[in-house]
Amino acid sequence: MPKSRLIALLLAGWLLALAAPAHALDAAAVAQLAAEDSAAKIEAVGKLAADGDAAAIPILRALQNDELYAAEGRILIVRGDAATDALTGEPVDTAAAAPEPIVVNNRIRNAIDSALAGLRLVAPERELRLAAARELAGGAGAAMLPLIRAALERESDAEIADLLAQAAATIEIGSPDPEVRRGAVRVLGRSDRPQTLELLAGLLRRNADGDFVEPDAAVRAEAEAAIATIEARLFVPRAIGALFSGLSLGSVLLLAALGLAITFGLMGIINMAHGEMLMIGAYTTFVVQTIFRRYFPEAFDAYLLVAVPAAFLAAGLVGVALERTIIRHLYGRPLETLLTTWGISLILIQAVRTVFGAQNVEVANPSWMSGGFHLGADVVLPSNRVAIVLFAALVVLLVGLFLARTRLGLCVRAVTQNRAMADCMGIPTPRVDWMTFGLGSGIAGLGGVALSQIGNVGPDLGQSYIVDSFMVVVLGGVGQLWGTIIAAIGLGEVNKFLEPYAGAVLGKIFVLVFIILFIQKRPQGLFALKGRAAEA
Amino acid sequence: MLGRLRRLYGPRGWGAIAAFAVAAFVVVPALRLLVPEHSPLHLSDYYVLLLGKIMCYAMVALALDFVWGYAGILSLGHGLFFALGGYSMGMYLMREIGTEGQYRSHLPDFMVFLDWKEFPWYWAGSEYFWAAVLKVLLVPGLLAFVFGWFAFRSRIKGVYFSIITQALTFAFMLLFFRNETGFGGNNGFTDFKRILGFPLAHPGTKVALFAATALFLLLALIACRYLVTSKFGRVLAAIRDAESRMMFSGYNTRDYKLFAWTFSAVLCGIAGALYVPQVGIINPSEMSPANSIEIAIWVAVGGRGTLVGPLIGAVLVNGAKSWLTVVAPEFWLYFLGALFVLVTLFLPNGIVGALQGRRERAGRAPVLREKEAT
Repeated sequence: MPKSRLIALLLAGWLLALAAPAHALDAAAVAQLAAEDSAAKIEAVGKLAADGDAAAIPILRALQNDELYAAEGRILIVRGDAATDALTGEPVDTAAAAPEPIVVNNRIRNAIDSALAGLRLVAPERELRLAAARELAGGAGAAMLPLIRAALERESDAEIADLLAQAAATIEIGSPDPEVRRGAVRVLGRSDRPQTLELLAGLLRRNADGDFVEPDAAVRAEAEAAIATIEARLFVPRAIGALFSGLSLGSVLLLAALGLAITFGLMGIINMAHGEMLMIGAYTTFVVQTIFRRYFPEAFDAYLLVAVPAAFLAAGLVGVALERTIIRHLYGRPLETLLTTWGISLILIQAVRTVFGAQNVEVANPSWMSGGFHLGADVVLPSNRVAIVLFAALVVLLVGLFLARTRLGLCVRAVTQNRAMADCMGIPTPRVDWMTFGLGSGIAGLGGVALSQIGNVGPDLGQSYIVDSFMVVVLGGVGQLWGTIIAAIGLGEVNKFLEPYAGAVLGKIFVLVFIILFIQKRPQGLFALKGRAAEA
Repeated sequence: MLGRLRRLYGPRGWGAIAAFAVAAFVVVPALRLLVPEHSPLHLSDYYVLLLGKIMCYAMVALALDFVWGYAGILSLGHGLFFALGGYSMGMYLMREIGTEGQYRSHLPDFMVFLDWKEFPWYWAGSEYFWAAVLKVLLVPGLLAFVFGWFAFRSRIKGVYFSIITQALTFAFMLLFFRNETGFGGNNGFTDFKRILGFPLAHPGTKVALFAATALFLLLALIACRYLVTSKFGRVLAAIRDAESRMMFSGYNTRDYKLFAWTFSAVLCGIAGALYVPQVGIINPSEMSPANSIEIAIWVAVGGRGTLVGPLIGAVLVNGAKSWLTVVAPEFWLYFLGALFVLVTLFLPNGIVGALQGRRERAGRAPVLREKEAT
């Protein structure tokens, strides 16, 4: 026997020994688990749960994992080659018994889930009880009611008690007594869960005969009041959540489009390979992450500190190389530059495919980015998105400072406004050009780092953002930091705002059509340069 | 009128056109239908289809050259007009399937799949061939007209115009990807059975479609040549080179551009309508921005503003594509990318432009010199 299997066997035996019942379970209920009929099985699960004996947990878990077998009137837990009697914990020789698996369907699985949750309610650890109460509040079988009531009486923690009260109310809403139903509805009114809203709204609907689902008018009135209070309580966190998801999309767009806006404003060329700079940044992150995982696993959480400058340099260097070798020969021929840079993007995509493969690569978030900020109700702001918004704000701030406060920034602004005049004043325009192109590409590389934290990293990464980034530039106007910021955030918000009403795809189409119409009114974008620079 | 037509090309030009006509209308059909299959001279269905497809692409390239080479408008959305023509024809072909689909319904399979009970309103009349022909001309034409009217009115030009056309085709691609739009979603239209009652699988039908494509390509070429050598064409070229000056001289540049733009879109629609029955499928990926940009490289390779050049470019690039994607698929994108870079750097006037340039170098400067601000 291979060593690993031996270890597994020992481990399984030890686990079973731990779970071996100190006192007898309801043997009839355990035997009933092997019944032919699913309803009987569910009833047995309910009985085991109602007893509130923790000894039933391993049996139910085994049933859940298809490890529970029936053989000659005995119920066995079979793991690999080893089988033990579910009731007594004794090892059983399966060769003689020929056990048959106990089949579970989805209904039974649901019953097991809530039964396990019920049994965990009696656990001493607060976390376990809280998780179990959350699960039960999401819906529990009527058989669980006594168990929940009992747990509720014992529970000292307010949060868990509240959840349990709601779980009980969810069951009691089906009670025949209108007074009990009314009380249940009132308890449910304290909830902030969207499922509860649905449940309450269900009471107010009419069935096929035109009668209300809920016959008692007083209960209906109570339900209406409860819905109103829940909705009022949900409104603020939901609104914040929606605004935030728009802001987060906008930050991504901003990181993608910022470099494009600067180079377009400066040189009047459209860099179709700009999306591939995002991709290069994302793949640089992937490489840095892989190196950290292999050589410095203890510092893995800090890999982004290296990835950010590395991505900036990688994308920036590629940008400078492109500008020096190809693009500078094409100044004054914007349409052809567009085609050339498209060709470059094809080559870069294929090169990445050759090196890294056509499949997406996996970039793991550092641990401090997982999780999120709970805003109450069902609204959670994921930490990685919050980090990206802050990162985008930082990048914009730095770019703004660069343009406003540095000598090179001054040169960039001068060349953007009037290239010929800047040339006459002694500004070395070719140098400004390649430095700015490198900067723009580097910013896209930073965007790539951000994208790698929220989505798939693949060779086509840049392609999916290129149309959107162009739209930001077109909407925001050229060479205008503020225009780009407002356009990016605005597009993000509008996209996310339309999504619930029109769906993601139609929302996007609306936005594109809107931009096409907008350009009719303001061909120079939101913030047009005024004066002579406007007509170049 | 006839005399003017005769003067469109010199003897060598007309000779080349006649040679092409003989090849397309006599040689290819004969090699396909009359030469027995085991003969080395026999032309298989694969090559008839390939040649037919490339002629459709050549027509699109011609259409793009008409607006890019002569009006200075680089469209990155011509794939959209091509696809719309294709979809218009595809709707008719779907109706021709009748009840022979998988589900034996009078509705196309994808509608049965969506559990639709009847045709949506915009499918009305799609069973008539004449309606399909009308739509092939009108749908791309009207869309181009409306879009162009807005765009040229607010004087959008240069890269701005290019980007907006790209966004337009992107938006339509997203729209057509949706199942609810009623055009088959992802899969588009396929499994066509017959056209005008003739089975599409029959070699005779295939050759007839091939010949029809060749005929339309020739007509389109002659029509374009007629337009660019007329006064209209000269005004168009003047607008390309100095729009402001033309406006000061009292020309309504918007209408000139709008006509050229719409005409070009209609040509694309016709090409798409001829393309779909031959390849037997149309789906939204034809509208992807990448496809439309590829058209531009066909034109650039052959030579902008030459009309003949784009035809040569389309043949060369697509020939290379169908060869390379079989022999070494991973190199195709390198090749295409390098083509974009090298042609714009070293062959700005394309193959035909370079040849003409050599001939004309003694005399005047090359015909084409793009002059654009921003």
